[in-house]
Amino acid sequence: MRYSKLALVCIAAAAALAGCSKQSSDIKIGHVGPITGGIAHLGKDNENGARLAIEQANEAKIKLGGKEVKFVLLAEDDQADPKVGTTVAQKLVDAKVAGVVGHLNSGTSIPASPLYNGAGIPVISGSATNPKLTEQGYKTQFRVVGRDDQQGPAIASYLANYNKPKTVAVIDDATAYGEGIANEVEKTLKAAGIAVLPREKGTDKTTDWKAVLTKLKGRNPDAIFFGGMDATGGPLMKQGRELGISAVFAFGDGACTEEMAKLAGLAAEGLLCSQAGIPVAAADKSFLEAYKKKFNVDPILYAPFTYDSANLLIAAMKKADSPDPAKYLPELAKITYKGATGEISFDAKGDRKDAEMTIFTMQGGKIVPLAVIKGGKTIPFADFGK
Amino acid sequence: MNALFDTRNNPKLVWAGVAVAALALLVLPFALAQVGTSWVRITNYAILYVLLALGLNIVVGFAGLLDLGYVAFYAVGAYTYALLASPQFGLHLPFWAILPIGAMVAAFFGVLLGAPTLKLRGDYLAIVTLGFGEIVRIFLNNLSRPVNITNGPQGMAHIDPFSFGGFDFSKPEMLLGIAFSGPIKYYYLLLALMVLILVVNVRLQNSRIGRAWEAVREDETAARAMGINTTHMKLLAFAMGASFGGVAGGMFSAIQGFISPESFVLVESIMVVAMVVLGGMGNIWGVVLGAVLLSFVPEILRWTVQPLQEALFGRMLVEPEVIRMLIFGLALVLIMLYRPAGLLPSAVRKRELADERAA
Amino acid sequence: MDIFLQQVVNGLTLGSVYAVVALGYTMVYGIIQLINFAHGEVVMIGAMVAFSVITSLAAAGMPPLVVVMLGVSCAVPVCMAVGYAMERLAYRPLRRAPRLAPLITAIGVSIILQHLALLVWTRNVIAFPQIIRIEIYTFAGATVTNVQLAIIALCVAIMAGLAFLVYRTRLGTAMRATAQNPQIAGLMGVDVNRVIAATFVIGAGLGAVAGVMVGTYYGVAQYTMGSVLGLKAFSAAVLGGIGNIPGAMLGGVLLGVVEALGAGYIGDLTDLCRYGWLASLLGEHCAGGGHFILFGSNYQDVFAFVVLILVLVFRPSGLLGERVGDRA
Repeated sequence: MRYSKLALVCIAAAAALAGCSKQSSDIKIGHVGPITGGIAHLGKDNENGARLAIEQANEAKIKLGGKEVKFVLLAEDDQADPKVGTTVAQKLVDAKVAGVVGHLNSGTSIPASPLYNGAGIPVISGSATNPKLTEQGYKTQFRVVGRDDQQGPAIASYLANYNKPKTVAVIDDATAYGEGIANEVEKTLKAAGIAVLPREKGTDKTTDWKAVLTKLKGRNPDAIFFGGMDATGGPLMKQGRELGISAVFAFGDGACTEEMAKLAGLAAEGLLCSQAGIPVAAADKSFLEAYKKKFNVDPILYAPFTYDSANLLIAAMKKADSPDPAKYLPELAKITYKGATGEISFDAKGDRKDAEMTIFTMQGGKIVPLAVIKGGKTIPFADFGK
Repeated sequence: MNALFDTRNNPKLVWAGVAVAALALLVLPFALAQVGTSWVRITNYAILYVLLALGLNIVVGFAGLLDLGYVAFYAVGAYTYALLASPQFGLHLPFWAILPIGAMVAAFFGVLLGAPTLKLRGDYLAIVTLGFGEIVRIFLNNLSRPVNITNGPQGMAHIDPFSFGGFDFSKPEMLLGIAFSGPIKYYYLLLALMVLILVVNVRLQNSRIGRAWEAVREDETAARAMGINTTHMKLLAFAMGASFGGVAGGMFSAIQGFISPESFVLVESIMVVAMVVLGGMGNIWGVVLGAVLLSFVPEILRWTVQPLQEALFGRMLVEPEVIRMLIFGLALVLIMLYRPAGLLPSAVRKRELADERAA
Repeated sequence: MDIFLQQVVNGLTLGSVYAVVALGYTMVYGIIQLINFAHGEVVMIGAMVAFSVITSLAAAGMPPLVVVMLGVSCAVPVCMAVGYAMERLAYRPLRRAPRLAPLITAIGVSIILQHLALLVWTRNVIAFPQIIRIEIYTFAGATVTNVQLAIIALCVAIMAGLAFLVYRTRLGTAMRATAQNPQIAGLMGVDVNRVIAATFVIGAGLGAVAGVMVGTYYGVAQYTMGSVLGLKAFSAAVLGGIGNIPGAMLGGVLLGVVEALGAGYIGDLTDLCRYGWLASLLGEHCAGGGHFILFGSNYQDVFAFVVLILVLVFRPSGLLGERVGDRA
């Protein structure tokens, strides 16, 4: 037993050394996301965004401290599992990366953040929306996407003001994300004086919602909000319409994708959903074209945000003229940058200032932006960007 | 190789072997830290799995009760620690108080989950324990309403690391001129715990209780006829196995600082069962080997498979996680087909399985 | 009251699905006392194969029923092949081994199948092409769709067909004989290996049909859909009496209805604010129409397990009695 452990260590050391035979003058930027697992398509989308930024930076032949530098993306898979997330974070810290883009999930970002903070490595998340992430007081933690306690109120107040429901049912999928955003929505609705039915829950694998929906049908809500992903939200809406429920269905960003049209068919028409940030379609055209050219697919959800995150790290390094985290971290904290998702700057906690939220609806099988909520004001999409 | 373990004939050789092994284990974390501190972390998680496998070995290997829901006790231990040492309720009990409490709570759950299964035969027992494992996880995931006990799917964060006096286990320190990082400190604690539990296991196996378990495993009716209270023995097996899982769970909480129900899914139970089966059911050292193999191989796969694929094919064709699970499934099938007693079979098992096959 | 009826309708459909899947478990257990953990994955493979076929044919413009039939007719042989391979390679060599071995092998096979499916069809959720027009019928305040009716009808038809096979054909008699006592059946001239292989193959074929049913009903398929479904269907089989074919049907339907009604009503039943004297104890939680729900619909998945445990503790032979052989 002990011999096999030693032997294994030797093999591991050899393998690691074999993998590390590259130059050490490359600047390593890490990306972490679930490349395997249920949301692997989103993880890959995120990684692609970061990769595109790194590639473009290399083509631009940037000089830091008088030397031309090459950026290398160390892409890691955290399988959306906190245990793997901390191990992978430790791996990146050991590899002395200059910065990290990620993680995708709040559930893995939060336990990993103390590791990055302890090593002084700046980390920017393009998709982790749990408020707790930036409430921990770590100077190295940033995010370019809005928080659930901004997104939830955004969709809830849009729903309250434009659809004026009298009763709303709230369902979540018992995951950290789904429950989090559902809680925020419920809070906002109650504050607006709207009656909210007792919370219903499923799991992130539920396909049969009929029992829950039938129960809700008996209570006759005017609107139903679901905190969860498209894989479960699609069947939910489809079955709701099959049962004859005519309420408005509203979702968070997890179910704000075109998959909903595939999964629910015609039933998906007229749904409301929110996304943190501006719509992918409203992202910078040059980014969309470059992404499509390199990867042959359109970006799904957060790729523009990880693209901006990687570019923010590089821009801060350029401002400080050094890849050393100790030097460029202060620049990162006060940077103003125009990225694919608009203008970005950070507040004291590391959150994006004036993060925009967009409200979408499904029309003809495509998600179409309705309005953008910025700094508490609702701007109809047609007027946005004017 | 057997000479190394033969205490009667060459005691000097055995003690020399033990000394070498002990030295290797003591120096290991520093060797690993040269490659990367993440490997020390991986080793720590591997030792946790060894503890779990040893606990399950009592239930499956000694007493012959196939438990597919063992991760429930791990979860109970982890959450007990988290509830008593985190901002959730504002309690911050010291670890040397919580770990025994965790063990006892887990043992209680062991009895609770074991009691209804006493009359069930092999495969039904397996399914029921599987069900219990899932039930515990679902409860932990949903105990955020109406009263917030476990914080539900958000998990519990900011769990206190071990500390006594001013000595905090999670912060790096310099002692005697050597740098001890957090994971290294935990490694030594885990190593000590593992040695303790190994000693307990060896003594148990050779005690009256251990022999009673063996009797129950071989033929329950005959055991009862011999005057063994099989009900008590089975419950004791569940309780003891569960208590080890509870202690391991508490350590897991402290080391990771964050737990959520996602860490305690069915696959983990199956993984621990596989470790016991692969290594050799009933053989303590076999179980340790199984745990070490199944903990390190996926990590090694992750470090080697990706660069290899990128070098050969230019991109990742098959994710390392998928390869790992395929190998895992294949290993389970192949072991059962060709070496059902495990890699290091216990002498008794070897005999009984060989006899059955020949029949 | 109308939602009660609706819940029952939902439960019947869900239960029919469980029943068809449970058949695969019960047949295999009845004949060789093995819980075929991998059966859930066979159902999943059936659904995925059918989806692939249907998706590629969706644009061809054939009538929807024909497309689905083609999907089924491709899924069934594939699943039968998988079932046969499983039996031949993984289970037959272990027929004399102690109970533990085939159980662990079954878990291994299940993991292998799941990840092979992952490689072939990727992790993404696959949407069922919207080729079937959903007709909604209402009666007594409850709605039922044409797909639901088709599923329930299909389940009854399968049950009838299987009963005919087992009780009226030579193969069926051979299966019952082997289930009762394989050695004596062998002495009587039954080719035990062939009969067992046939049982697996038929079970897998039924699993394929069940997979298409599930896919069509819910509109989604994913490589993980087999595991939870398999566990619940196994609970249904045990509930009805393992090895007992009518038992599988009864168990399946009953479990489906219990789950649907449970999810619908448990929230209200355990809402402590409804019980006057408790409400006063809970003070501000219940004030102003508040709720204090102990067990909500979040515990829906738990029902299957609780039912399983209760059955095994209080009536281990199931509702209709088990039919297994004398394998000690």
